[in-house]
Amino acid sequence: MELKRINVYTYQILKHGNMKVPTVIYTSSKLLESIKRDRTLEQARNVACLPGIQKMAYVMPDGHQGYGFPIGGVAAFDLDEGIISPGGVGYDINCGVRLLKTDFMEKDVEAKRTELLAQIFRSVPAGVGKGGKLRLSRRVLEEVCLKGAEWAVENGYGARRDLERTEEYGRMKSADPSYLSKRAIDRGVPQLGTLGAGNHFLEIQKVDEIYDPEIAGVFGIHSLGQILVMIHCGSRGLGHQVASDYIRAMENRFRTSGLPDRELINAPIRSEMGQQYYKSMSAAVNFAFANRQMIAHWVRDVFKKIMGSSEGMDQVYDVCHNVAKFEKHDINGEEKEVCIHRKGATRSFGPGRKEIPEVYRSVGQPVIIPGSMGTASYVLAGTRQAEQLSFGSTAHGAGRMMSRHEARRRFRGEQIKQDLAEKGIELQSTSWRGIAEEAPQAYKDVDEVVKVSHEVGIGRLVVRVVPVSVMKG
Amino acid sequence: MSQDQKKKYQFLEHTADAKFQAFGHSLEEAFVNAVYATVSLMWDREKIGRKIQQPVRVKGRDLEQLLMNFLEEILYLLDSRMFLLHSVEKMKILRETDIYVLDAQFLGDINEKRYRPHGDVKAITYNEMEIHTNDRFMVQVVVDV
Repeated sequence: MELKRINVYTYQILKHGNMKVPTVIYTSSKLLESIKRDRTLEQARNVACLPGIQKMAYVMPDGHQGYGFPIGGVAAFDLDEGIISPGGVGYDINCGVRLLKTDFMEKDVEAKRTELLAQIFRSVPAGVGKGGKLRLSRRVLEEVCLKGAEWAVENGYGARRDLERTEEYGRMKSADPSYLSKRAIDRGVPQLGTLGAGNHFLEIQKVDEIYDPEIAGVFGIHSLGQILVMIHCGSRGLGHQVASDYIRAMENRFRTSGLPDRELINAPIRSEMGQQYYKSMSAAVNFAFANRQMIAHWVRDVFKKIMGSSEGMDQVYDVCHNVAKFEKHDINGEEKEVCIHRKGATRSFGPGRKEIPEVYRSVGQPVIIPGSMGTASYVLAGTRQAEQLSFGSTAHGAGRMMSRHEARRRFRGEQIKQDLAEKGIELQSTSWRGIAEEAPQAYKDVDEVVKVSHEVGIGRLVVRVVPVSVMKG
Repeated sequence: MSQDQKKKYQFLEHTADAKFQAFGHSLEEAFVNAVYATVSLMWDREKIGRKIQQPVRVKGRDLEQLLMNFLEEILYLLDSRMFLLHSVEKMKILRETDIYVLDAQFLGDINEKRYRPHGDVKAITYNEMEIHTNDRFMVQVVVDV
């Protein structure tokens, strides 16, 4: 496959064969090396062959091999001729990141951070095969899936102003929980209000560098050493089941012959099946918003208890990085509503977009990019260029470059915990093996990912944070 | 017996997810070993009690879909009932006119503190799924972790 270098951070797969549009990859020569070792480029080319695709298929700087679509894949489809694909969203629907600010400084939490982490570990259920603290009826779970974070706020988790600072205001109105299967609901009932495991985490962080003080100030971030809390999790088993259910249903309806990859199964957006998937996916999105809303509430409670106050713990923002939605974009000079798929990609809307809350409308939305365990994370601001370059999208994280199996062979959880301790980072997890699998060395360099994002112009660097205490599922 | 068939399963390199091949003298045995490979990513099944019997019946239009639905049952029972699998018994795959039907019994226990699962599998995928039934029985699966 021929890869054409357009400029230092932009590469293109020219249209050939069945491709309906070219594919653009935002990357650096360093990141490209690991992309070339897996199937990322082949998968990105396959996406460019799907019906109704608009303009270009994109791969974000943290792109890597997924199933069907690559991770870090962004694609937009025409509403009449285009498709919607569960594989273009991913299994963990509305996997996302929520960031809370605090008015505490590093020195304020220093003496109490062990206690803070221990208490958060007790308050936020995590790990595999464990339920949450709530005993919900199926009817209530359906309400959660209908109303998202709004449900959580109405039931005493957090404040109404959190909703404004959540993508989609914490609720996709397209949700229709009546399309969720019994199995999806069965998996969701015990899991609302749980962090999960794998790459999901909760971190107490400190501000390490401020690149753009003006925008940072608008986001509520003002000082080096300021303490923040980052929550990374998704829709748990409910979302995974929705993905599996609709991959199966679409296969049975449309068959897979003619697809270069079975995971690219899709349905026309306007079809009944396409609409059912969209409404179910929206319900799973809402489950995840409610989930992070509840976890954030428990974190505030812990700060109140241990630090004496949770005043000033405003939400900076909550972003989803596995989602499909309808948005208006400039397609060859014309504004047009399209169905955007962001799979392992974050929305990065610049100043002026009506989808972002008024408080951020003059500077662009906060884009939260978590690093791997024990490394830096970043807050970027969305840009107007991103709308031209990537349908208003940028990276979502570091992106793996080593398999979990290999990571386990090379690293030991105990050693990693000790290495982090030497760097002043506390770590608590439900599993040593989980720590080894999430070793920082198994991930791409998040610093390089955000640098590419900034240089290309699809996300502007605002703040760099580093972990103080890490809780892993 | 070939080198492959001595092993129940083996993991292969895969950047983001987990990829394995499971082997058997029959399709049933290869499917059961695929269950054990999937479970090995989450807990040590040898340590799980054999207290609860869970009958399982899944169907599939083709063998790939049958395998997908069978493996997904592990995740469904884990999330909805905190069921941790120890072993699979009474495994049988039948081909009816245009559909495969699989019956089996899962043995295991409800999660308790002492079991301490160590990892998560989010979903079973079709990505690079292969099922060989010619000279040997082998299934290859990538799971999303």
